[in-house]
Amino acid sequence: MTPERSTPEVTDVDPESSAEARREIQDAPAAGPPHILGAHTQAPGAPSPAAAPAKSGLGVRLEGLRAFYGEAEQVKGIDLEFHANEVTAIIGPSGCGKSTMVRCINRMHEEIPGAHAEGRVLLEDLDVYGPSVDVVAVRRAVGMVFQKPNPFPTMSIFDNVAAGPRLAGGRRRSGRQRGELAAKVEAALRGAGLWDEVADRLDKPGAGLSGGQQQRLCIARSLAVDPEVILMDEPCSALDPVATLKIEELIEELKRRVTIVIVTHNMQQAARVADRTAFMLDGKLVEVGPTQEIFTKPDDPRTEEYVTGPFG
Amino acid sequence: MSAPAASSDRLARFALSPARRRRDRIARTGVLLGTALAVIPLLLIVYYLLRKGLGAWSVSFFTTDPTGSTFFGGSSIGGIKSAILGTIEIVALASAISIPIGVGVAVWLVEYGRDSWFAQTVRFFVDVLTGVPSIVFGLFVYIVLIVGTGSSYAGYKGSIALSLLMLPIVIRSAEVILLLVPATLRESALALGAPRWRVIFRVVLPTALPGMLTGVLLAVARAAGETAPLLFTAAATLGTTFDLGGFMNSLPVQIYKDVTSPTPAVVNRAWGAALTLVAMILLLNLIARLISRRSRLA
Repeated sequence: MTPERSTPEVTDVDPESSAEARREIQDAPAAGPPHILGAHTQAPGAPSPAAAPAKSGLGVRLEGLRAFYGEAEQVKGIDLEFHANEVTAIIGPSGCGKSTMVRCINRMHEEIPGAHAEGRVLLEDLDVYGPSVDVVAVRRAVGMVFQKPNPFPTMSIFDNVAAGPRLAGGRRRSGRQRGELAAKVEAALRGAGLWDEVADRLDKPGAGLSGGQQQRLCIARSLAVDPEVILMDEPCSALDPVATLKIEELIEELKRRVTIVIVTHNMQQAARVADRTAFMLDGKLVEVGPTQEIFTKPDDPRTEEYVTGPFG
Repeated sequence: MSAPAASSDRLARFALSPARRRRDRIARTGVLLGTALAVIPLLLIVYYLLRKGLGAWSVSFFTTDPTGSTFFGGSSIGGIKSAILGTIEIVALASAISIPIGVGVAVWLVEYGRDSWFAQTVRFFVDVLTGVPSIVFGLFVYIVLIVGTGSSYAGYKGSIALSLLMLPIVIRSAEVILLLVPATLRESALALGAPRWRVIFRVVLPTALPGMLTGVLLAVARAAGETAPLLFTAAATLGTTFDLGGFMNSLPVQIYKDVTSPTPAVVNRAWGAALTLVAMILLLNLIARLISRRSRLA
């Protein structure tokens, strides 16, 4: 069960390879994307060691997305596009359905008892709610970082990052595979800007790190399965300004290799990190556009009221 | 800011009244007395156990089987080796049956059944089972496995009776601990693309393990002290046996038989056996506490 080992390395990604990724999701359930090895190929003259992997994000498109908790409709028909390798921020008041909408993209919404979603969520052209789609493969392609840093309490720093490959794989590890796993963990920790801080204590519990480090550990954990999209649900709301800044710098780095959707209550944060910003109100999309425009000359008066209002 | 007189008027209400002080003292004394009253029988039990039980203890007490002799000679009545080993064997088998099933039921209730009507029904029956007197489990096994099959007493039948007794305790305590595992841990594991069963085995169960061990050990301790389910399932015998298919001795049953004897030496052996049983259960409880102190959930 190691299809990803046999595929040739992908050093440069064009539209064809994302089509390949799509096929992988349908054809090989529970297996990782085919070009995982590509993640370890150092592109010559890479701009920074963290941004080495020659991987590319997938575009995501929502079409008429509606999400329910039992009978209550929380997301009321949203059409929205997230461009590949861009950061899109979702802003809006509490309870407007931002988190719910984002959780529909990797089908985590349906994990809540009684919850379901309608409409389409397209990864390039693949509807993740399609009948023959493997949820597990969707979640490998679309990673998630949660509001509160939540490293696995029973696991060391190393094991936390290795959890994704291990939880998905399950094959007994030979020496060679253990080496690959170690390389993968290091790459993910470097990608999350945490390697230098934890390299000498990988066997210590992940819960012993500071809040900001824990959140970057969680980002490393999601990077270790080589996702093409990362969803961040208010990733900095539990962090202090310094840790927040680090995460924001990281987001800037990460968008070279993944598409990022970030839910945030902090409008300065949206302005700092997002290429595009979407404003939601009461389960509906009010407006989406380049971040500059949303904050300086929004089309909709409600957007203007929100971004200039007392909340800001 | 204002005149001193006005200020002292405003502060007068902070003075503690004598009546208030008296009520407080009475209430404190009452609560203290109640506590003391509750502790007295406990201390008496421990005192008598130690005074009478320690007298019966000796090396041969632990290394010889009861002889069945009740003559006034003292040393010829034998010890409780078969009872100690029998209790360990019967309880070990009972644990081997009830712990995997109980943890499995708890995992199903928390991770899959949740609030479905079937899960609610299971929870209801588990609660009912918790309240069933232990002799009923013995009676049930006696009717089904001894009268029903026309066969004889056996150690494993005692184990089954005890496992029925342990099952609801294991289920309930494991369920409570599993519910304490934060939902965000399950979510982040699922979001990594892990199948649910693997999330349960690799993330949920390891996180819950120390807490579950506590509950499990308490169930074991409870079962080890039960007499009624064993009386007419495993019965009693003199010699040490490792055959769970035959009659088997156990500490509670040995105590029960000894204490009704007219021979003082045999009654003393009951005290010694009781102290042994209490010491074994205390040890289990201590282990349970040590483990729960290391728990990350408590």
